Amino acid sequence: MSSHHESSSACHSLAARLEKEGEVSVADCYQCGKCTAGCPAAEDMDVAPSQVLRLLQTESPKHEERALKSLAIWMCIGCETCVTRCPQEVDLPRTMDFLRQEALLRNLANQAADDVVAFHKAFLNSVEKAGRLFELGMVGDYKLRTGHFFKDLGIAPTMFFKGKLGLFPHGGANKREVAEIFARARAVKKESQT
Amino acid sequence: MSSNPATMKVGYFPGCSLQGSSRDFAESLHAVAKALSIELCEVPEWNCCGASSGHMIEHLVSVALPINVLLKAQKAGLDQVMAPCASCYNRLATASYEVAHSPTTKAQVEKVLQTTIRKLPRVLNVVELLAQIADQIGPKVTKKFEQTVACYYGCLLVRPAKITGFDRTEDPVEMDKLVATVGGKSIDWNFKTECCGASFSVARTSVVGRLGAKIMHDAVERKAEAVVVACPMCHSNLDLRRGEINKRLDPKTDIPVLFITQVIGLALGLSEKELGLGRHFVPVRFPAKPVASPAATPAAQ
Repeated sequence: MSSHHESSSACHSLAARLEKEGEVSVADCYQCGKCTAGCPAAEDMDVAPSQVLRLLQTESPKHEERALKSLAIWMCIGCETCVTRCPQEVDLPRTMDFLRQEALLRNLANQAADDVVAFHKAFLNSVEKAGRLFELGMVGDYKLRTGHFFKDLGIAPTMFFKGKLGLFPHGGANKREVAEIFARARAVKKESQT
Repeated sequence: MSSNPATMKVGYFPGCSLQGSSRDFAESLHAVAKALSIELCEVPEWNCCGASSGHMIEHLVSVALPINVLLKAQKAGLDQVMAPCASCYNRLATASYEVAHSPTTKAQVEKVLQTTIRKLPRVLNVVELLAQIADQIGPKVTKKFEQTVACYYGCLLVRPAKITGFDRTEDPVEMDKLVATVGGKSIDWNFKTECCGASFSVARTSVVGRLGAKIMHDAVERKAEAVVVACPMCHSNLDLRRGEINKRLDPKTDIPVLFITQVIGLALGLSEKELGLGRHFVPVRFPAKPVASPAATPAAQ
């Protein structure tokens, strides 16, 4: 499926790119639906997991956009049940990762998933800054991004008194090194796609 | 690895949760390791593994961060690294698998980390580590753990099997065996490897409530007196989020959730404080055992 030429990623179908970048062949899926049947998040999805694969199989830009704009890709929890049960071992969790990243890149992420996206960004932002996750800082960042200021205020005092809520970030990691890993990973990814 | 129980040394990657919301897991792990003469050698200057958010939105970062940890472990002379958190364990093992099986990924990660990757240290989870020395745990039991529990494995400890090496992906038994080693009973139930909602705890608490309710309902219905886990997220979703779960259960349940290290620690006679039991949201209490009638004891016959 993938071309031997070095060319812009926009020229290739998502299926071709997923095969090249993620080593997943959506063509292997014969639509048995086992992934959808066992998915703990299927009921929160607008497009079932097996249908997400089908949308990529056609290689039609219209179908691809539907997959990228779906809420489904953000409702996937990453539990790995689907790929464990798939008779063809199609790596659907890896497919979901690929689609989420592409959706963010093209600014197509479903707005109903804004809070999920905000959580992931707040999490990684915390790690990029401190090298390790600072839970309280991450939750603060999440609240700023979403406006959900009052969420979970009820459990915070108990967490604090049980010693489960650290008020300060942890030292110990090499902050500079971690920040450089983030920067170089982004540069290497960009380079590989052009 | 040394066969001498007095000198067992293992690389240790605590991960972020164990420094914060899962301090109880860390405390019980350290207490049990001390009692069993396991030396946990913390990977110097370790960084976060990237967790779920990493692989969900930045794949290359999510491989490079764990490999960076493994390289630091290697540099420190550690040939195996134990990650108690199931999510960390999964990310370390997955990243290691990816660089071993995909030359493209390996080349990209080498570029990111500006180094050459050779054979990396082996990644272990806490259940694997304890199972390796199960024969040394039995003789050290001072107070049998006489409860009936539901061993809950969740997702990331077990799946995908090609990476974790669990041969019974729908019905793993490793934790059940450990519980039996310290005198406990475990139930046969349906939700051993169902998902608890994992990292959706903050952004989609309702999903965690719904999935957690199914898990707790089955455990309680089959007469479990506690749920035993080996993952900070499983613990926090079933313990800290119990209020959200109980909104969906009738009757509500107050059975505690224990880390496997706490179960073993109790049997080794360690104190509740050493094991961090006071940090749970759902108090750790067990139903009183009926006192055996004198006629049933061999001494009376």
